[in-house]
Amino acid sequence: MSTTLSRDQIERRVLDFLRPAFIVFLLVITVFPFYYMVMLSFVPLDAVLQDPGALYPHLGDLNLGTYRDVLAPTDDGGQGFLNFMKNSFLVAMGTVVLTLAVSIPGAYAVSRLEFFGRRQVSAVFLGVYFFPAILLAIPLFVFFTRIEQRGTLTGLLVVYVAQVAAVSIYMLRNYFDTIPASIEESAAMDGCTRIQAMRHISLPLALPAIVSNALFIWMIAWNEFLFALLFLVEDRDRWTVSLGLSQLAGSIEVPTTVLMAGAVILTLPIVVMFFLSERWLAGGLTAGAEKG
Amino acid sequence: MSTGGPTAQIPVVEERSTSAPRPRRHGGSARAREDRRTGYLLITPTAVIVFTMVVLPILWTISLAFQQVRLLNLRTAGFLGDYSLENFRDVLTSPGFVDALITTLIYSVGGTTCAVGLGLLAALALRKPFRGRGLVRACMLLPYVAPVVAATFVWTTILNPQFGIANHYLTTLVGVDEPIAFLSSAENLSPFGINLHVSTALFSVVMFEAWRSFPFAFLFLTARMQAIPESLEEAATVDGATPTQRFRYIVLPQLLPTIAVLTVLRFIWTFNNFDDIYLLTGGGAGTQVVAVRVYDYLINRGDIGAAAAMALVLAAILAVLVGTYLKFFGRQEEVA
Repeated sequence: MSTTLSRDQIERRVLDFLRPAFIVFLLVITVFPFYYMVMLSFVPLDAVLQDPGALYPHLGDLNLGTYRDVLAPTDDGGQGFLNFMKNSFLVAMGTVVLTLAVSIPGAYAVSRLEFFGRRQVSAVFLGVYFFPAILLAIPLFVFFTRIEQRGTLTGLLVVYVAQVAAVSIYMLRNYFDTIPASIEESAAMDGCTRIQAMRHISLPLALPAIVSNALFIWMIAWNEFLFALLFLVEDRDRWTVSLGLSQLAGSIEVPTTVLMAGAVILTLPIVVMFFLSERWLAGGLTAGAEKG
Repeated sequence: MSTGGPTAQIPVVEERSTSAPRPRRHGGSARAREDRRTGYLLITPTAVIVFTMVVLPILWTISLAFQQVRLLNLRTAGFLGDYSLENFRDVLTSPGFVDALITTLIYSVGGTTCAVGLGLLAALALRKPFRGRGLVRACMLLPYVAPVVAATFVWTTILNPQFGIANHYLTTLVGVDEPIAFLSSAENLSPFGINLHVSTALFSVVMFEAWRSFPFAFLFLTARMQAIPESLEEAATVDGATPTQRFRYIVLPQLLPTIAVLTVLRFIWTFNNFDDIYLLTGGGAGTQVVAVRVYDYLINRGDIGAAAAMALVLAAILAVLVGTYLKFFGRQEEVA
């Protein structure tokens, strides 16, 4: 008995030490890169080269010149990130609106209505999510080149909608499944058609799920890189923020700290949205977890 | 060809609604028929866009893989053409393809294992409530939600051999002689003189993958842990089970099904991953995975047919691997 107890005590002691140490380690690896990103974005490159080990900026070095350089249009000697932000924003917004327009009715149908092929439809849609993006990239690249829509934001937007519509339907369907059908049935008794029941009863109830879904889609579209690279790389005016940063990252002419400001601009909307909606989004991200 | 396809696809969907299985003679079949019609109506927009932008392209990739199509003669490429197996032969025998395949395997197995393992440890460490735990948990998700381009950019800066902060402290504090080119050194790692056939750069991208994806595992495992009834562990504690015993015999068995699902998901995504490696190393220094090679064939060589063939090979291998995994572990998962 005493030996078991002592083993228990030893384990507890060790864990009492290891646990906080490990939590600190996790915090360092998750937060430090972003802290470092923000820090470098406020100092000129010379300061970094002089003191690469600095963990905090020297007050004298702090300035906003990097942000001015990165945001200003190329005509004014900047990097044109303001324009990239506009492109990213348009694509992300368009993707959200279009995706929800097709996926809300779709999810409702898959969740509520008995129709032939309903199960197969959702299986196919989910399968899309696991398909190698690079495999899809080839025919879409060829197709949009052929119809001369490659290089347009609209072309990119259509591709995004197709990519996320399936996931969106899957997530929303799970939520519609939790809304009791009996509520709608009573509406049907009162003479509502399906569409009316959907619009006036299930949609308002599903609003939290729809908002979290919208955020999720927005973040996917804002972050996307591969298709932006394939579609828009030739025309700098059409670059998204992700694409712009990746393209300029290799060049020697643009100082790293200026690009770091670009990285902050790319990351900030996502992190802000994420923290504002953490509760919603955590639900959204795990929505696929319990397939039940 | 490709524009004719999508429009041809719509009638198929709609046709079904008229020739749908005869309504079974249940009560309320008028309602059922209305439901069916509404169902098709509501699903059609998604079906159309997914068919035109996903299903047809996949079919077209298969068609392209059997044709000699290059960027230069793109205008003449269609669904039909002179089919041959030449692309597959070229791709499979091209120098470096097998290496790329092995690299892909090392990358996805290593990345998946480290990501799920780290996620499990993080979920365990943050299990007991403490002040500020909510904030810490939210911070854990940062690497996962951050844009991949920003994350790779900041890590390439941190690991930069000239002015990166990692090398600065490795040389000044830890006493490493020379800065390590984490992302561009093709030198094989050989701890204790054992050559692992894994280049420094490949090791770095695997670590990056672990860093970036562990929050995903963490999130799911945390959710699963919350569903474990406390009474089980309390009973075990009363019976004298130590913390590791409680983990081994109570918590872990409950988590296994979730871990199995996570492993499949992460493996699929890592196996297909293009962005991370392209952005970190460009596929150099022994990190060329198949997805990056496909991109290289498509854009730099302009050999669309070969790129399509290689992408198909990649998808086929993935399907076989996942199928095998599900066959062997799918049953265990149900038991657990």
